[in-house]
Amino acid sequence: MTLAYIVIFIAGALLYAALTSTEVIPARGRGWALLVASVLAIYLMQPPLTIRFLDFILPTMTLVITIAIWLFTRDTSAASADITREDKITFGLTLALVIGLSLTRFLAPEMRPTPSRPPDPLALGLALLIAGVVIFAVWRLLRGWQGFLTAAILLIVVLFAILKTEFLATTASALLRTTNGQNPELATAADLSWLGISYIAFRLIHIVREKQLGRLPAMSLREHITYVIFFPALASGPIDRAERFTPDLRAVPDIQLFIPPRLVEASGRISMGLFKKFILGDSLALFALNPTNAAQATSAGALWLLLYAYAFRLYLDFSGYTDIVIGIGILLGVRLPENFDLPYLKQSITAFWQSWHITLSNWVRFYVFSPLSRTLLRYKVSSLLAVFIAQMATMLIIGLWHGVQWTFIVWGVWHGVGLFIHKVWSDRTRKRYMTLKAQPRLLRAWTIAGILLTFHFVALGWVWFALPDIGLAAKTFGRLFGIGF
Amino acid sequence: MKWKWLADADDGRYTRGFIIRVLLKAAVLFVLANLIFALANPLPALGHISIYGWLVPSRPRLPYGENSAQAYNLSLNSIDAMFATHDITRVKGTGEYRVLVVGDSSTWGILLRPNETLTGVLNARNLESGDGKRMVFYNIGYPTMSLTKDLMLLDYAMQYQPDAILWPFTAQSFPRASQAASPIVQNNAETVRRLIDTYHLNLDAQDARFVTPTFWDHTLVGSRRPLADWLRLQLYGFAWATTGIDQYYPDPYTPHTVDLIQDISWDDFKTPDSLAKSDLAFDVLAAGIQRAGSIPVILVNEPMFISDGKNSDLRYNAFYPRWAYDAYHGWLLDTAAKNKWQLLDLWDSVDSAEFTDSPVHLTPKGVEQMSQRVIQSIVELIGLH
Repeated sequence: MTLAYIVIFIAGALLYAALTSTEVIPARGRGWALLVASVLAIYLMQPPLTIRFLDFILPTMTLVITIAIWLFTRDTSAASADITREDKITFGLTLALVIGLSLTRFLAPEMRPTPSRPPDPLALGLALLIAGVVIFAVWRLLRGWQGFLTAAILLIVVLFAILKTEFLATTASALLRTTNGQNPELATAADLSWLGISYIAFRLIHIVREKQLGRLPAMSLREHITYVIFFPALASGPIDRAERFTPDLRAVPDIQLFIPPRLVEASGRISMGLFKKFILGDSLALFALNPTNAAQATSAGALWLLLYAYAFRLYLDFSGYTDIVIGIGILLGVRLPENFDLPYLKQSITAFWQSWHITLSNWVRFYVFSPLSRTLLRYKVSSLLAVFIAQMATMLIIGLWHGVQWTFIVWGVWHGVGLFIHKVWSDRTRKRYMTLKAQPRLLRAWTIAGILLTFHFVALGWVWFALPDIGLAAKTFGRLFGIGF
Repeated sequence: MKWKWLADADDGRYTRGFIIRVLLKAAVLFVLANLIFALANPLPALGHISIYGWLVPSRPRLPYGENSAQAYNLSLNSIDAMFATHDITRVKGTGEYRVLVVGDSSTWGILLRPNETLTGVLNARNLESGDGKRMVFYNIGYPTMSLTKDLMLLDYAMQYQPDAILWPFTAQSFPRASQAASPIVQNNAETVRRLIDTYHLNLDAQDARFVTPTFWDHTLVGSRRPLADWLRLQLYGFAWATTGIDQYYPDPYTPHTVDLIQDISWDDFKTPDSLAKSDLAFDVLAAGIQRAGSIPVILVNEPMFISDGKNSDLRYNAFYPRWAYDAYHGWLLDTAAKNKWQLLDLWDSVDSAEFTDSPVHLTPKGVEQMSQRVIQSIVELIGLH
């Protein structure tokens, strides 16, 4: 998310809050305003792509998939089996917005909100009609099948895997280029840069999984779309939970938005975020570890400096974005969940993962760690082995969520092993640790040592995260300890 | 991270009056801060503050970089801030014989590592002056072609107590019209005007290209560019310290042209009769020598690529038609002889294979060839131990 978009969003949120206070936006129109803003934002923020029309098609696919998942997961119990008038209006409004955006192809380029010229509205309408018929037919035919929702999850995972795997994404790009009459030899994975797909996919999987578990709250189509593509949280999270987001959204018509406590809190969070991201984070970015300077560093000490800069830059950048997003959410009446809680001041790697990208950690804990460890225990696997397998799987999935490449796998394994070692260590030293409470100095020293050790463990893991080339990452890792200079 | 005092926002403190008071106070503070900043003008003093030389190693050449992210360097207009990063700010020891090397991109060392530049090569020789002091060469070249820029940097560097000055240049630095073409000259108009006044230079002190800051340019908001440049310069110090890189090295680079266009114009001079000696800024060169006072100055007519390709009968290289360079060359030799300047004429002294992306940028081997001749000249003028 660029500074320009952030400024647009902040100004838009302030205007929205102000207009609600003067009833220019009536109470019942607030939720609709958030829907319209979110739909427009996915087109506005989508980066331009070289494959013709793809930067319009991908946001449209986001909407199509989101609506399909709503159809597949909506509450069909007797009381609310029918599609309501509000759902129909939502569908019509969303469709009208998409078609309306495509009509901007007839405007001058500088007047268009989309990154490039949209496709022909007639062709788009036909494609959407076909997509709608297929989705509706699939739903009608397969909704009784027990594995239907699992298949939906698998489809999202496959789509996600294609986008996150360089070879597959490049191959898909080449296919699209060929279909489009463009040169397939110029295909790259970056051709398929799909705005917010990492977060959108996990929100959709969350919805489907909660539906399978019978815990999904009933959501109207408007609530569902707004939850999945809520524009402040589109590009960098957090990954909210539907059962937490929906009550906030439903309360929006009843709360006062343009009131001093809310404005003070929102502006505080936004200012803090802007300072962290654009002053501190971007300053550190000038010398934070990257593939170029990792290869150029002249000593182990130099590499440690670059690595420290990277570690703090990453935190300030990401948590700064989160502060801004939470601040904008407060202005809009939605209190998004916290994503960071001073992670570099934690005494253990377990505590680190409870305070770093909290919503992603929670997501993986709910949908990977807990079910996997329960299943393993059910199959009489020893508890220690079950924890090891579940932690490794959890961290591997967090790694792969960032991209299907060896360095993220190593990063996941690094943290998986770290979490397991900490688990064994803390189990064995718990009694001794309790005795430390009677010795404040020793406890303080122990705490500081824990913080330093945890931070350096995490920082060393960032080597694999920052450097996409496994060879360079391994070499850099060795060079941090003076090996290979 | 929760911002607790703001997160607990429902305690009744935050009223409409509170917001209005905060906004009013912020506006007053903003205006006051800008006014005080404009009146105090702390930028020159800020320029002297630098992390170089204590937190990170100082730089062997002045900051310059058009590709900052890859060069870990940037071009800025504050001469104070530029020099504050440089090795030359080190305290001069009693056993040091300090030699300034002024010049253009050739001296600065485009495509060369710091140790491959002329100063790097000369320093590697561990030369000793006649009185047994170690000769230390300081590269204060800057990659734009203007004798006025050279004079400005030389004038500034004189505070660092040089014992000798080496001043390589080429004809491209001489045209009077291009003296103020460089951004660093334009943005230091006050200094340039002082030099014009002091040395009675035949340059237009009211040149429209000179940037004269207004009051608003001196405010905090108006100074955000120089402030950001200063901050970035400090931050790139860490990248410089960890990598030893201070310029972007494209690989491969685009080599200079060998086959030349069929054109005999040079700058604004279309034909031989359009160029007069007075069009070239020899007075600026003389001002530099005058500024040096009793300190010996060795002028160096830089080596240049001499083409044998297409149209080489008309031009020496992409920079110079033969007639223009020959005219400059003759005037230079004549002026140097008349004024008894120490001129080292190296225009054709480096093999044509030893030029990189421009007719005056040398390969490391080319610098070695040049340095041999420079050392001979130093021996003759200063004497070696």
